[in-house]
Amino acid sequence: MERTYLGEFEEIVLLTAAVLALQNDAYGVAITHEIIEETGRSVRLNQVHAALQRLEDKGMVKSHMGEPTPERGGRRKRLFNITAYGQRTLRDIQAVRESLWSRMQVPFHPALNL
Amino acid sequence: MNTPKPPRLADRLLEWLVGPHLLESLLGDLHEEFDYQVGRVGEKRARWRYWREVLGFVKPRFIRGPKSIHSTPNPTDMLRNYLKIALRGLVKNKAYSAINIGGLAVGMAVAMLIGLWVWDELTYDHYHENHDRIAQVWQSRTSNGEITTRITVPRPLEMSLRNEYSDYFDHIVMSSWTLRGVVAYGNTQLVKEGNYMQPAAPEMLSLEILAGQKDGLQEINSIMLAASTAKGLFGDEDPIGKIVRFDNEHNLKVTGIFADIPASDSFNETTFIIPWEHLVANTEWIRNAADQWGNNSFRLFVQLADNATMSEVSAKIKDIKLKANPELADQNPQFLLLPMNDWHLRSTFENGVQSGGGFENVWLFGFIGAFVLLLACINFMNLSTARSEKRAREVGIRKAVGSVRSQLVSQFLSESFLVVGLAFWIAVLLVLLSIPAFNTLADKQITFPWENLYFWGISLFFIVVTAMLSGSYPALYLSSFQPVKVLKGTFRVGRYAALPRKVLVVLQFTVSVALIIGTVTVFRQVQFTKNRPIGYDRAGLVQIPLTEGAFGGKYAFIRNELINSGAVVDMSATSNPTTEVYYGRGGFKWAGMPDDFQASFSWIWVSPDYVKSLGMKIIAGRDFSPDFPSDSNAILLNKTAVEYMGLSDPVGTTLREEGGRGMKVIGIVDDIVMDSPYEPVKPSVYDFNRGPVRFYHLRLTPNQSASRSIATVESVFKKNFPQLPFEYKFVDEEYAAKFAAEERIGKLAGMFTLLAILISCLGLFGLASYVAEQRTKEIGIRKVLGASVASLWRLLSKDFVFLVLIALLIAVPLAWYFMEGWLQKYTYRTELSWWIFAVSGAGAVALTLFTVSFQSIKAALMNPVKSLRSE
Repeated sequence: MERTYLGEFEEIVLLTAAVLALQNDAYGVAITHEIIEETGRSVRLNQVHAALQRLEDKGMVKSHMGEPTPERGGRRKRLFNITAYGQRTLRDIQAVRESLWSRMQVPFHPALNL
Repeated sequence: MNTPKPPRLADRLLEWLVGPHLLESLLGDLHEEFDYQVGRVGEKRARWRYWREVLGFVKPRFIRGPKSIHSTPNPTDMLRNYLKIALRGLVKNKAYSAINIGGLAVGMAVAMLIGLWVWDELTYDHYHENHDRIAQVWQSRTSNGEITTRITVPRPLEMSLRNEYSDYFDHIVMSSWTLRGVVAYGNTQLVKEGNYMQPAAPEMLSLEILAGQKDGLQEINSIMLAASTAKGLFGDEDPIGKIVRFDNEHNLKVTGIFADIPASDSFNETTFIIPWEHLVANTEWIRNAADQWGNNSFRLFVQLADNATMSEVSAKIKDIKLKANPELADQNPQFLLLPMNDWHLRSTFENGVQSGGGFENVWLFGFIGAFVLLLACINFMNLSTARSEKRAREVGIRKAVGSVRSQLVSQFLSESFLVVGLAFWIAVLLVLLSIPAFNTLADKQITFPWENLYFWGISLFFIVVTAMLSGSYPALYLSSFQPVKVLKGTFRVGRYAALPRKVLVVLQFTVSVALIIGTVTVFRQVQFTKNRPIGYDRAGLVQIPLTEGAFGGKYAFIRNELINSGAVVDMSATSNPTTEVYYGRGGFKWAGMPDDFQASFSWIWVSPDYVKSLGMKIIAGRDFSPDFPSDSNAILLNKTAVEYMGLSDPVGTTLREEGGRGMKVIGIVDDIVMDSPYEPVKPSVYDFNRGPVRFYHLRLTPNQSASRSIATVESVFKKNFPQLPFEYKFVDEEYAAKFAAEERIGKLAGMFTLLAILISCLGLFGLASYVAEQRTKEIGIRKVLGASVASLWRLLSKDFVFLVLIALLIAVPLAWYFMEGWLQKYTYRTELSWWIFAVSGAGAVALTLFTVSFQSIKAALMNPVKSLRSE
């Protein structure tokens, strides 16, 4: 199967964006905060933006400008949507992982050899 | 409360860098995040994080514009594009950029610091509004065929100027020397320095009056205080009209407060001014000097009227003394005006002719600054041109695609502008960081000239010139390539393309080596003089300055008490500190004196214990002694004085004041260094106990800690003079202070030399890496064919060593010439030995090898397979 390579961080960003896109709230700050909460790692805004751009280059997300809001000095948000290709990639990744997990009969029981 | 705002500057940076299609949403996100962070971690850290975020966006990914848009380039867009390309290039070649920008920044920072120092020196005394019309009256006199020019004039000159020449002057101000006095209010006592001056002083010096009146010196019992003195005495109270007690004797009314006079000013030590008339009324000898043309003890300042010039007035007043006293013709006393603008840097006279002074140092440092800057620029040019050859192919493609030559030229120029601009801001940062240390080193109070338009003007000029110079060669040279040749690979860099680089390297090392030699010489001169035998024992010797009047008659009592306390083994009283000569006297006769000889001596009044307490050596005759009542008319001479007087059997000679008492020489002491340690000792007379007593010298008990002894001494003083603050200085510290100026020059020069060498080495490093890179393929082939690492290292290093050897050949005679000239200034001086040159030369060669070796060994160790496989 030939696939565009997706880095681990990109994958997380993509997944988070996919989750937030359901509420139409996938933009830089929201994604960053969500990742910090979910993974507990310290992520910076510019890293997320860089990842989002790479994802856009790879065609996994699309972006459009949202409506102006009074917060943020009236500036519009750039909202992200997952493309069909992005969704398929995520699903592929999930499938690969699940198949591997399922082949593991006794997942990680502590083994004591005395 | 205001809601905190993210840093504007960061936003600006972002606006400038980030593509317009991204800007809005990015800014929005950043601001939202900022508000969030302010809530979480507070404004300060939020701002810090904001900056970190913004800097994170400085990446090619964000900088470039959207792919889909093909805009038609207009000039500013092109410029932005060039700058972005340049920025990317810089980020890509990190090592190269660091060397290039860092070296240039250091050079610029050094030049800026020196520039600030020079500026400070040149604008010395410019605090006074009329500095170009203020002058001090000096007097030159001839004795034994030599003209000495001094700052001192007789008192009657003042009245003469006022009565007969008043048309030429706006102000005439007599002033005392800057004296120390005790100013007290309530329980607060401050020892401060200040002057007695005539009422026009505040006006003439355009002192900034903060409270009270400008003409506050009209009343005889008044005093004007500098703001800092007033603050120290009165705190927040209103000082005007208050009575302060001066020197424990006089009550003076505060009539005015003037702003502190800045550090770079001849009057910077004046922290109070008392009317001149007050001094006259209270000091008999000054009163008596009112019509004595022979007492040259006074200072006179004038401000010229608008229509008068210095030289004109100088000519008018020069013979005043001679006209009043025709009998002084053989001394030929002449008055002259020394303009205020010359006071600081050009107040040295040699045989009646004004001769440099501090001005030489300004030139010296100006030169060093210019050279260091030049070195940095040379590096920059060298590296840019060296690197530009690598870009020949890029130029070829750009041309083939349709770039016009002018576009290429402006691309290369904008690149060098970017680099020079960056380096400038780093340099500003470096200067800001190093100013405190520099001030300590240079004994200055320089601040960064944010508001000085000259500074920015010169900086801008310099940025433009450097950027143009360094950018123009690659710009013009590269843009002239023919694309076909470059792309076909038939292009060859001309045979002499490297020649300018070589010349520049030679120049760099010439400067560096000359600076090394210079610095070593300055240090050796200071060291040499420091080791000069001084003729007395400094260990545990303390001098205590006395406030005139307060100590009179108490000497014997105090001496007794101190010696009994066990803290002090010996003690003497004298007219001046051991480290300085205050008085000179002339007009003496003795048996066998040549007729036309005009003797003048350094004159030191001492108590009988002086020789013993200082540990001086008697080489003939005897010391003062209480056993001989006749000693009240006795003197001691030093060895130099005996030679100066031409005496073969000095002990017993009588030295006679003209029309006054005779003094019998009872002993000869060995020379001691009192004045400049660089000059020969002056003929000196030690006169028994009848002059002013202004210093006590104490020899502390040797095997007791100095601090304990001092504490004991202090308690004795406090008991006897409760109204006076206790002050003391160690003589060895005072002596060490005499080297401060030379040591300062040495340290500054050393620092700049170090930086100059650093910059040169950086340049060399860059060049070596360039050469190694260019010859990668050659090195690979040589290795394959069996060349050893050592032979390759020799191959790559020898060119550079050769250049440095040429530099040595030029630098050595140059440095020799200049340092020989510098040493001539000192009578007591070290020699320029050959080893200084040898060591500096060897050092330069070693440094070169070290710098170059890193690159050449790296190149020689490279796996030839790698370099040969490509293409």
